[in-house]
Amino acid sequence: MGKKKTLTLLSSALALTMLLTGCSDSEEAGEASGAAEKEIKFMHLWPEGSSKKHFDVVNEIIAEYEAENEGVSVDLEVLSNEQYKDKLRVLSTSGDLPDVGLTWAAGFLEPYVGGNMFAPLDDVIEEDLSDAFVSGTTEAYAMDGSTYGLPLELNIVSLYYNKAMFEEQGITPPETYEELETAVKEFNDAGIQPIALGNRDSWTGSMWYMYLADRIGGADVLNKAIDRSGSFEDPALVEAAAKTQELVDMGAFVNGFNGLADEEAKSMFMSGQAPMYLIATWDLPNFTTNESVPQEFRDSIGYLNFPTVEGQGDMSSFVGGPGVGLFVAEESEVKEEAKDFASYFVKAWGEEAVTKAGVIPATKVDAASLDLPEMYVDILNELNGATNITLFADVQMSPDVAQVHLDSIQALFGNQITPEEFAKNHEEALSKE
Amino acid sequence: MNGMNKVMSNKFYIAFYIAPALLLLLILVFIPLVLSGYYGLMDWDGIGEKTFIGLENYITGIQDKLFWNSAFHSFLLAIFSTLSLVIYLTVSFILASKIKGADLLRKIYLIPMLLSSVAIAQLWVKIYNPSNGILNVFLMSIGVENPPLWLANPSIVLFAIFVPILWQYAGFYILIYYAALKNIPESLIEAARIDGASAFQIATRIKLPLIKEVVSVTIVLAIVGSLKYFDLIYVMTAGGPNGASEVMASYMYKLAFSNYNFGYGSAIGFLLLIITLIVTLIVRKLTETKDKLEY
Repeated sequence: MGKKKTLTLLSSALALTMLLTGCSDSEEAGEASGAAEKEIKFMHLWPEGSSKKHFDVVNEIIAEYEAENEGVSVDLEVLSNEQYKDKLRVLSTSGDLPDVGLTWAAGFLEPYVGGNMFAPLDDVIEEDLSDAFVSGTTEAYAMDGSTYGLPLELNIVSLYYNKAMFEEQGITPPETYEELETAVKEFNDAGIQPIALGNRDSWTGSMWYMYLADRIGGADVLNKAIDRSGSFEDPALVEAAAKTQELVDMGAFVNGFNGLADEEAKSMFMSGQAPMYLIATWDLPNFTTNESVPQEFRDSIGYLNFPTVEGQGDMSSFVGGPGVGLFVAEESEVKEEAKDFASYFVKAWGEEAVTKAGVIPATKVDAASLDLPEMYVDILNELNGATNITLFADVQMSPDVAQVHLDSIQALFGNQITPEEFAKNHEEALSKE
Repeated sequence: MNGMNKVMSNKFYIAFYIAPALLLLLILVFIPLVLSGYYGLMDWDGIGEKTFIGLENYITGIQDKLFWNSAFHSFLLAIFSTLSLVIYLTVSFILASKIKGADLLRKIYLIPMLLSSVAIAQLWVKIYNPSNGILNVFLMSIGVENPPLWLANPSIVLFAIFVPILWQYAGFYILIYYAALKNIPESLIEAARIDGASAFQIATRIKLPLIKEVVSVTIVLAIVGSLKYFDLIYVMTAGGPNGASEVMASYMYKLAFSNYNFGYGSAIGFLLLIITLIVTLIVRKLTETKDKLEY
C-alpha cells in the first residue's frame, strides 16, 4: 500500500511537471539563448535538393556573418516554396515568426504589415543600402510610406524554347502570336505537345493571361483593373481571356496541365518532351550553369520575349517583378541583430547570387565585370531596356482576390467558364474589397 | 489487490489519475474547439485585429455554394468509404478462412498504412501523370488514344483521388476485421458445420452477426474519417481544378490560410464539426445493437 501510494504520487507529479514545462517551454528557451549567445532564426525556401546553389550561397553568407560577428549565430530552417508560404502563415497566427525570413511583395505583404508582424526597414535602407537597389524594386515592398522588405531577386518572365526541337521539326521560333499558332499546330502534327504548363499552381497560367493582356491592351490595362481605376470587363482583358482559351483549344499546352504542378511541367520541358515553357528568370540556372542538368540540354535552350498579338504590343514590356525579399519580424527578440544580418545578407547576396546561384539580384551589379553566361548578359540587357515590368497579378492583388484570380485562371484554362464570366468573377471579388 | 481497490475507491486518487489526461484533452482538443467556434464570430485575417460580427460568418457559410459543394464531395467520399468496407470484410473472411499465405497477404495489405500520406500522394501523382504516368502509358499501349486526364478533368478528379484514399486505409480495416473474425471461437463454427451450414451461411449467419459491434465501429470510423479528410487531397490537387476536388477540410484550410479569412475559416471548421457530430450520432443510432452477444 505504502509503495503504491508513493508511485501514484510520483507518476502524477511527473505528468504534471511535463504539462507545466510543456507550456512554458518557449519562454525559457528564449531566455537561455539570450544570455549565452544571440540566435537569429532565419527561414528560407531554397532546399538543398531543388535549389542547391541558392542553398550554398545562403550558407556561405551565414558562415561569413557568424565569423565576423562573434556571439551571434544563425539558426536555419529551410522549406520548399508552397510549404514555406503555409508555414509562415501558421507561424504568424501564433506570433512565432522567424527573426528574419523571406516575403513576397505587395499583396502578400499586406496582412503581415497590417497585423504589425514585419518591422519597417527604412532605417536599414537609409544607413546601409541607400544606393544598392535597382530602382523600382523596394517600392514593391513599401506600404503606407515605409518599406518592409529588402528585395533579393528581380524576375522577368520569358518564353524559353528548345532550339534543337525547333530545328528538328524545321519550325521557326515564334515572334508573333500568329507564328506561335503555327508552331503549336506543327508540333501537334509531329505528335509533340507544344507548351509545358503546370497549371495546378495556377500562377503559371496567370503569366500567360497577363502577357496576352499586356500585348493586346498595353502595359497599364491590367494594373488599372486591379487598382480599380479600370475594369476586368475592359474589352482588351476579355479578349486576352478569349485568346487564352483559343490556345487551350488549339492544344497548345501539355495534356492534363490543370492537374500538373509547375515542377512536373518543368521536368517535361527539361526532358525534351515539350519545346516551350513560359517561366521567370529564377529558372535561368537550369538553362545555363546548373551542372546537374545535361550540357546538351542547356546548350539547346534559347529565350524569346513574349510574342506580339496581331501586330500589337511592346516586346520590351515584361511580366515579372521582385521575387522574394527579406523581412525582419517586428516581435523579434533580437531585432537589432536581425536587421544587421538582413542588411549584411543583402550586400553579400548581389554578386554571389548572380555568379554562383544565377539569380538576377534586385541589387545593382556590374554585369560587365562579372563572368556570366551569355543568356544572363542578354537578359540583364533586356532588363535595362525594359519599358515596363508588370508585377505578377496574384502578388498585386490582396490574398482574397488573388485566390479568386487563381481559381478563375484554372477554370478559364479548363474551359469551365467563358471570358465574360472570368471578367465577372474578378469584378465581383474586387468590388467586395 | 486489496490495496489497489482501496486506492481506486478514494475519490482523491481517482481525480488524481484522471487529471493529466483530462488536462491534455482540454488544452489540446476542447479549448481549441471552443476557440474556433469563437473565432468564427469574428472578422479576422488571422494576423491583425479581430472584429466581432456575430453569426455573420456562420450565415454566410450556410449560404456558401462552394462550402456545400465541398461538403457534397466529403459525403461522396464517406459513402464510398462505407461501401468499400464490404470489400474489406469479404477479403477478411477469405483471409481468416485459413487459406495459404493469409499471413503474408495480411501484411501486404497493411503496407499502405505504413506509408505517410504525402508519400502516397506523390506516388499516385506520378501514377496519374497524363503523359508519363504508368496508368496512361499502359492505357496508350493497349490502344486507348486519349486516356483520361485523371487529375485535370473536373468530372473525374474526385474519383481519381478516392482510389488512393481507399487504398490507403484498406489494410487498416482488413486488420480490424481479421482480428475480430479470429476471435470467434472455433467451436461455434464446428457446430454450425456439423449442422450442415455452408461456408456462405457460416459467414453471413454466424460470423457476421458475431462481429456486428466491430462493423458498426468501423462504419463510424470510415464516415468520420472521410468527412474530415484532408491530406491526400491537399497534396495531390489542392482542391483543384477550380474546386472540383475540394472537400470541407481543404476548403476550410484554403479560407483560413490562403485567403487570410481566419474568422470565416474557423466558422467553416465549426460547421464541419457540427456536421460530423450529427452524422456520427445518426450512424450510431442506426447501427445500435440491443442484444449483447457473448461467446
